[in-house]
Amino acid sequence: MKPRPFDYVRPDTIDEAVAVLAEYGEEARVLAGGQSLLAMLNLRLADPGVLVDITRIAALDEIRDLGDKIEVGAAVTQNRLLAWPHLTAKLPLLAAALPFVGHFQTRNKGTVCGSVAHADPSSEIPLSLAVLAGEVVLRSQRGTRVLAASAFQKDMLTTAREPDELIIAIRLPVVSGRGFAFREVARRHGDFAIIAVAALIESADETRFGVGGMSGRPVVRRIATGGGSAVHDAINQLASELEGYDDLHASAAMRRNLLRNLGPVVIEEAIRCAA
Amino acid sequence: MSIDPRAALAKDGVWAVITGEDVRKISDPFLVALKTPVHQWSLAVGRVRYVGEPVALVVAESRYLAEDAGELVQVEYRPLDAVIDPQAACGGSAPVLHPEAKTNEISVRKFTYGDTKSAFAQADARVALTVDFPRLSFTPMECYVVVAQYNPADDGYEVLANFQGPFSTHPVMARALRVPGPKLRLRIPPDSGGSFGIKLSVFPYVVLIAIAARITGRPVKWVEDRVEHLLAASSGPNRITEIEAAVRKDGRILGLRLDQLEDYGAFLRAPMPGPLYRMHGAITGAYDVANVDVVNRVVLTNKMPASLIRGFGGPQLYMALERLVQRIAIELGLDHLDVIRRNLVPAAKMPYRAAAGSLYDSGDYPRAVATATGDGRLDDLKRRRDVARAAGRKYGIGFAAVVEPAMSNMGYLSTLLTADAREKAGPKNGAVSMVTVNIDPLGAVSVTADVTVQGQGHATVLAQIVADQLGLKPDDVNVVLEMDTAKDQWSIAAGTYSCRFTPGTAVAAHIAASRMADKLKNIGAKQLNILPDDVELAQGKIRSRSNPDNAAPFGRVAGTSHWSPVMLPEGMAPALSETALWTPPELEPPSSDDRINTSLTYGFVFDMCGIEIDPLTYQVRVDRYVSMHDAGRILNPMIADGQMRGAFAQGIAAALYEEFTYNEEGAFLSGTFADYLVPTVSEIPPVEMLHLETPSPLTPLGAKGLAEGNCMSVPACIANAIADALGVKDVQVPATPRRIHALMEGAAP
Amino acid sequence: MRRINKDQRARIRLTLNDRALSAEAEPRMLLSDFLRHSLGATGTHVGCEHGVCGCCTVLIDGAAVRSCLTLAAQAEGRDVRTVESLAAPDGTLSSLQQAFQDHHALQCGFCTPGILMSFTDYLKRNPQPSEADIREVLSGHLCRCTGYAGIVSALMAAAVHQQTSEPNRSKS
Repeated sequence: MKPRPFDYVRPDTIDEAVAVLAEYGEEARVLAGGQSLLAMLNLRLADPGVLVDITRIAALDEIRDLGDKIEVGAAVTQNRLLAWPHLTAKLPLLAAALPFVGHFQTRNKGTVCGSVAHADPSSEIPLSLAVLAGEVVLRSQRGTRVLAASAFQKDMLTTAREPDELIIAIRLPVVSGRGFAFREVARRHGDFAIIAVAALIESADETRFGVGGMSGRPVVRRIATGGGSAVHDAINQLASELEGYDDLHASAAMRRNLLRNLGPVVIEEAIRCAA
Repeated sequence: MSIDPRAALAKDGVWAVITGEDVRKISDPFLVALKTPVHQWSLAVGRVRYVGEPVALVVAESRYLAEDAGELVQVEYRPLDAVIDPQAACGGSAPVLHPEAKTNEISVRKFTYGDTKSAFAQADARVALTVDFPRLSFTPMECYVVVAQYNPADDGYEVLANFQGPFSTHPVMARALRVPGPKLRLRIPPDSGGSFGIKLSVFPYVVLIAIAARITGRPVKWVEDRVEHLLAASSGPNRITEIEAAVRKDGRILGLRLDQLEDYGAFLRAPMPGPLYRMHGAITGAYDVANVDVVNRVVLTNKMPASLIRGFGGPQLYMALERLVQRIAIELGLDHLDVIRRNLVPAAKMPYRAAAGSLYDSGDYPRAVATATGDGRLDDLKRRRDVARAAGRKYGIGFAAVVEPAMSNMGYLSTLLTADAREKAGPKNGAVSMVTVNIDPLGAVSVTADVTVQGQGHATVLAQIVADQLGLKPDDVNVVLEMDTAKDQWSIAAGTYSCRFTPGTAVAAHIAASRMADKLKNIGAKQLNILPDDVELAQGKIRSRSNPDNAAPFGRVAGTSHWSPVMLPEGMAPALSETALWTPPELEPPSSDDRINTSLTYGFVFDMCGIEIDPLTYQVRVDRYVSMHDAGRILNPMIADGQMRGAFAQGIAAALYEEFTYNEEGAFLSGTFADYLVPTVSEIPPVEMLHLETPSPLTPLGAKGLAEGNCMSVPACIANAIADALGVKDVQVPATPRRIHALMEGAAP
Repeated sequence: MRRINKDQRARIRLTLNDRALSAEAEPRMLLSDFLRHSLGATGTHVGCEHGVCGCCTVLIDGAAVRSCLTLAAQAEGRDVRTVESLAAPDGTLSSLQQAFQDHHALQCGFCTPGILMSFTDYLKRNPQPSEADIREVLSGHLCRCTGYAGIVSALMAAAVHQQTSEPNRSKS
């Protein structure tokens, strides 16, 4: 399948990029890695008038250590982040989740921010962003705004990005020394997750728990890890509340049961990791 | 229904928009073995009967432009009701796909062998099961490619396509195009990116692109893309089988009844309903059962037309038969493996004439099973199961015993007709293989053969066989496997399908090469002044066996025939070209009581496996898999192993991953590789391949066809293991996590 | 800023297997088609056009990527390598290709170029891969013929061979 015709623009700077976005508005789609977007274009599932290729904007191709946060620029590929020497120390949850994102070959081109922009409900990077309470940095000709993940992530394939805005980076809080765990269920290795779960220990009796693939966007809750059946009950309740959805690979009931099965497991792993 | 191409035609670079009406004017519907008023042209005519049925063909300067223009073709549809479920399609109130046929159930044939009435009356028990085998396809990585041109001066078509055969389809294409055979020149390139049966069904598109070439007056090329392929290329047929056994309390099967309802989608394409009949003579599988009743039904539904895929009816049959044998064990309180062993055809009965007519040429099934389960392998499986179960885990062991036929008897499909109808039409039977060995004036050896190539290593094996006879190295033999129906030797049996290469074409190569060797020995005898009996061909020389120093180089002796025919022995024709036609006599037409030897050789596969089900994720993990193969003499172990492992992966795919899914309205849900899940290396478990060789007495090489076996055995073996793990009766493949969840949680799947 | 309008054909220059080449392309032309049709490099195969099968994998600046999910325009000015770059000019197979032949790692050969290019990249980054590492990277490719066993053997052997013949090669 071949894409429909479109204009192609390749800005050299962020200012040029946002100028193009202002010019074209909704007609424009940002092209970074293209691993989601080009597949959709080839299948004629999307029809942008112009593609704005941001991959050669040097300023976007950086990983910056801001101390309490790590800033990942919009042109940074998933493999580049995976190979970052400080990843395991500073962002261990990403180190655990990134190997599940597509395949080696797609990670060579697919970008970290591109996955956040695409907002597939079960994808690993948006889930990590949500669990870590990260931020998305947006730039337009009107200025810069920084949105918390919970404000940015709205629904399936839908975010708070305005048509004239470019995601220039995401910022992820450093979580060294805290227990964490990540798990997902997929049909084949590298496929979209059916559900993905992540846990990050907050304190001795509380964990931040996130699940992707149960609703339109990642859902994050604080779960008391006190003792007895507290965790199981909380996860059970969450599963009933979120309901899940039906698609070719899983029924809603199966998604709920996967959450019930794996939620406690991943929390348990995070607790053991912290110890 | 109306089709308005004007907006599409208005675009620059668009040459034509071809519709069913255009096609109907200059071509005829495709011939099918079953004579019914079901007509198929290469585009939809009058009605569209499945999602994916080609409605119009847009021809443009580039694929990009053609796709743009395709979106501008305006089609108006009047919706009709669809029927997807095969059983519903047989019902009286179902919408009829082809009104002239008046029914969707276009063929019902009943067969009876032996005395099932007594068998069932005498039985200690009856065990029954209903099995539903799904639709899937072993989608090759390269899709269809057709390049066609039309020559108006002689009303002839020239086509290049990655068609695999059988070439019995060539007359079907030619007749559709309304030309005699020689006016459809079909060339097959030397490389094709896999086929597994699927590239038989490129033939309607050969006709369509040929028509496009004629209408546009230009050569036309079509490179199918993956979306087109998944929607409309081919799939195996889905089949619902009701199977019942009459059994003695020790597990001995006295009689079998099968009712097979096979769903061919919206049309029958030649040579359908092949999969329903290909196994017919061997319908009793590996078991010595003399009494069988079979009812074969062919039904049409609003789905893609089904056709041959690797396994060719075997997967459907063995899912029913092998699952039934497990049920027999369970319901009688016996050990599954004991029931298998009790019923296997014993070695002493080989060659064995099965109830429905197949002649199993050789085999020692009990020994194969004993070998596979020996050396501690079965004990290990049982130990793993016991350890897992003691820990509360869901572990199961499965078995499957499969007789794998190879090289089809061209008459097998005529079993579809009644004996009277067959007599009127004239008997159909046999299968011919053709190979030519040539030696040129400088002594270079070349071979051509009637197979098409999709990666099976035919050239290597043919070079080996010919080199062996001529005393050369395989590298010295030049094998050319491109096909050109205008100039090359071919018959309707030509092509690569149904594993005909090893028992067929390879044998023809052996015969041609050995005749060539005899001729060269006679020439050599004259030149070396010895008797022909004393001549041997070895190490690139032609020499005296008793006095090896009396020798001449192969090339020089061979060249004599070209340069100096006067030096040839009396009566020998000059030039060195030997064509062998090999037609095994065992492939007789169906008898008047419907017995048919559907294939020439019969191999044996016995699988056993242990699986575990993850209660958290509902995924099936194959813990250990052992597969024993007897394919007679193995000609090239590395190629055979590669082919078998390929079949194993496809068997795993059918057991756990692949299915073409339609919803109730007939929408197709498996339209991309994100939906239709082809296994990667991560999904294929290790398999221990074991071998036994009981050579076939029916071919000079003793080798049988191979590498469809695991497509037939693996889904049944894994389904049995899952049934054992969960203690359930019905296991639907592919056993996806969604289905396992439903089985375990009692929820709707 | 590079700008190509939808109806325009721009001349895209790149380096293909060490040769400076160029051809005209619309913005929407896929790199897979540009390589095969415009530059005549038909060694790269197309199996799905939605990034799943891996047949079209090539190297761009040394990294293995799906050419069906890359626009020709995105490869402008880049160093592109395809399967044609592996064998020596006299036809001698590279050690990776030779390992594939020795271990019967291909049957129809359609998926092979993509796998060879993936591992040309990967074995440079990780010269001592475990079998698990190899399977992980190989899972980005579909093969219908071999059942993958021969491919894994070939890749393990190629990695060992690479280490023994080029032991000072560093991880990059």
